[in-house]
Amino acid sequence: MSDEILKITSLQTHFFTDQGEIPAVDGVSLTVHKGEVVGIVGESGCGKSVTSLSIMQLVPSPPGKIVGGTIHYKSENLLNASKKRIKDIRGNEISMIFQEPMTSLDPLFTIGNQLREALQIHKKINKKQANQKSIEMLKLVGIPRAEEVMNDYPHQLSGGMRQRVMIAISMACDPEILIADEPTTALDVTIQAQILDLMKKLNHEKDTAILLITHDLGVVAEICDRVIVMYAGQVVEEGTTREILKNPTHPYTKGLIRSIPKLHEKDQKLYSIPGTVPKPKMGMLGCRFKDRCEFAHDRCFSEAPELFSLGNNRYSRCFLLDDTERKVASDAEANTGS
Amino acid sequence: MFAYTMRRLFMLVPVLIGMTLITFSIVHLIPGNPAQVILGETASETAIKNLEESMGLNEPYALQYTYYVSDLLQGDLGTSLKTKTPISEEIWPYIAATFELTFFAMLFAIIIGVNAGIISAWKQNSWFDFLAMLVALIGVSIPVFWLALMEQWIFAQELSWFPSSGRQDNRDPMEPITYFFVLDSILHGDFSRTFTVLKHLVLPSIALGTIPMAIIARMTRSSMLEVMRSDYIRTVQAKGSGQFLIIYKHALKNALIPVLTVIGLQTGVLLGGAILTETIFSWPGVGRYIYEAITYRDYPVIQSGILIIAFLFVIINLVVDLLYKFIDPRINY
Ligand SMILES: Nc1ncnc2c1ncn2[C@@H]1O[C@H](COP(=O)(O)OP(=O)(O)O)[C@@H](O)[C@H]1O
Ligand code: SF4
Ligand SMILES: [Mg+2]
Repeated sequence: MSDEILKITSLQTHFFTDQGEIPAVDGVSLTVHKGEVVGIVGESGCGKSVTSLSIMQLVPSPPGKIVGGTIHYKSENLLNASKKRIKDIRGNEISMIFQEPMTSLDPLFTIGNQLREALQIHKKINKKQANQKSIEMLKLVGIPRAEEVMNDYPHQLSGGMRQRVMIAISMACDPEILIADEPTTALDVTIQAQILDLMKKLNHEKDTAILLITHDLGVVAEICDRVIVMYAGQVVEEGTTREILKNPTHPYTKGLIRSIPKLHEKDQKLYSIPGTVPKPKMGMLGCRFKDRCEFAHDRCFSEAPELFSLGNNRYSRCFLLDDTERKVASDAEANTGS
Repeated sequence: MFAYTMRRLFMLVPVLIGMTLITFSIVHLIPGNPAQVILGETASETAIKNLEESMGLNEPYALQYTYYVSDLLQGDLGTSLKTKTPISEEIWPYIAATFELTFFAMLFAIIIGVNAGIISAWKQNSWFDFLAMLVALIGVSIPVFWLALMEQWIFAQELSWFPSSGRQDNRDPMEPITYFFVLDSILHGDFSRTFTVLKHLVLPSIALGTIPMAIIARMTRSSMLEVMRSDYIRTVQAKGSGQFLIIYKHALKNALIPVLTVIGLQTGVLLGGAILTETIFSWPGVGRYIYEAITYRDYPVIQSGILIIAFLFVIINLVVDLLYKFIDPRINY
């Protein structure tokens, strides 16, 4: 796959707060290909939302500011694009849905009004055509009684329905990429599955690439082709969903996988990685995961690991994957073995 | 909407009963014999007897109240002790005068206040924001009478831009129709008079409207800033919308809900609190009417004047409630 439509390199988004500069996104690189579903996973506070808001240039500013890196949409660096160009791209070529379906729609306007608006911002169509297309979109996302729902206000719909409406709005202009920031986190489990199915369906039918942000590896397993694991503002592991789930290399990814609840092991206590994500600070020393890592060793406290390439587009930010250490480790194993 | 309006109207009944109870009690709460107090120390026994008879002051309170309310329901507000004229026949010009002044004061307050608030929020921390909020701070702290006197001194006396008092040119009064003078002059087709009447309104409207303007500007600004941080505004941005649509469609409508409350309250305050302004600008409104009645101990007029102002207050609240429902589909009570 060489048809990259979104390519982020060394993105740095910092917040300038009273407590100092917070590098919430600290050198993140990632690529999304045409029609691909890429997941970003990590616990809350890892910088997933800030990464996705940076793409749309919707980071609240102040205090937030993109201070480094590039974000290429096709061949165009969005960070150098004009405000007008960004507005043309938002909702039209790259669109986004958010975690909170309950508050993401304007309570004072009908669903129809908010859907038509999405179309009329970008397309030269009259109200009647916009209406027609809006009803079509509502049907596409599986809303029953689409004509009636057009005249409903957001508070008249359930959370799941509202998230469907949000998806209809974001898909109205046939975007190349849909960024979905925890689209199912606020919903209950059955509704979650329905929304994921809907996104899968849209991905297949419309060939829209999806950048899916979640803290739940179960969701990733469900729908993503590739996964990027983030920790404390950095990418710590990257690979295909299959590879990552079957053969995780980074201790953090291993921890995340261990904490997926397993249906058949009922009475077993649910595992969770001890400790919490550290708040990113300027000039952090060593590996960011060291305080929670069971494999942490001397080097992890003095040196920050780079993202080691493991071949086949697999990467891992852990010294255990450094070739020299791996060699030492396997030598040691060989020695004890003999 | 109809059912809602009916419900709101129905809810007015206890309020109206409460209001009439209070105005009814005014006469009876004064220490001593009301007839004596009204007529003064030197009144003769027979005069007091006669007044008690005519006002029904000898009857039990409950019966008196029933008479009072049934009179009110028939549009009878009592008779002025001073002019001996039925109050219902003489009060309208005062109401119209107060209403017209309140209307223009609030028009000034809302147009300037809301727009200043929007621009301040839009250009937060800009020089405009800073200046507008400074003016608003001064606006809320300035005493109305001082502002009124300063206006008269600068714009009436020194510059002669605007007349310093009255509703129209008293050397050449117009034949009133509705007693809303702007409207009357238009109905007469006499537009040069409309201009004169509007000129008379400028200084008192600004004096009266400055505090509400300042309060509305600050409320609009803070409400807009809060709304601008909300998730649904981010959704509109993510759709690719421009600033104008975001601010004037989504943000303003949402921000307006708390502003509307302030507008309703302030209109009520103006209606009741215009006495000072009306006095300084010789504006023949309800405030002045009551003020003069107090100096004459004209209790029926005091009662009716207060009742009318309270009633207008209630009506404004009703209108605000109906507007809420119109703006916000979530409201349902
Ligand atoms: N508005 C903000 N002001 C200051 N810091 C922020 C703001 N938004 C996010 N951050 C910082 O960015 C970090 C990452 O946040 P976020 O991207 O929302 O995490 P995630 O989406 O992975 O849960 C947070 O830990 C916080 O320190
Ligand atoms: S670098 Fe060290 S501390 Fe960091 S994840 Fe690897 S082993 Fe753990
Ligand atoms: Mg988040």
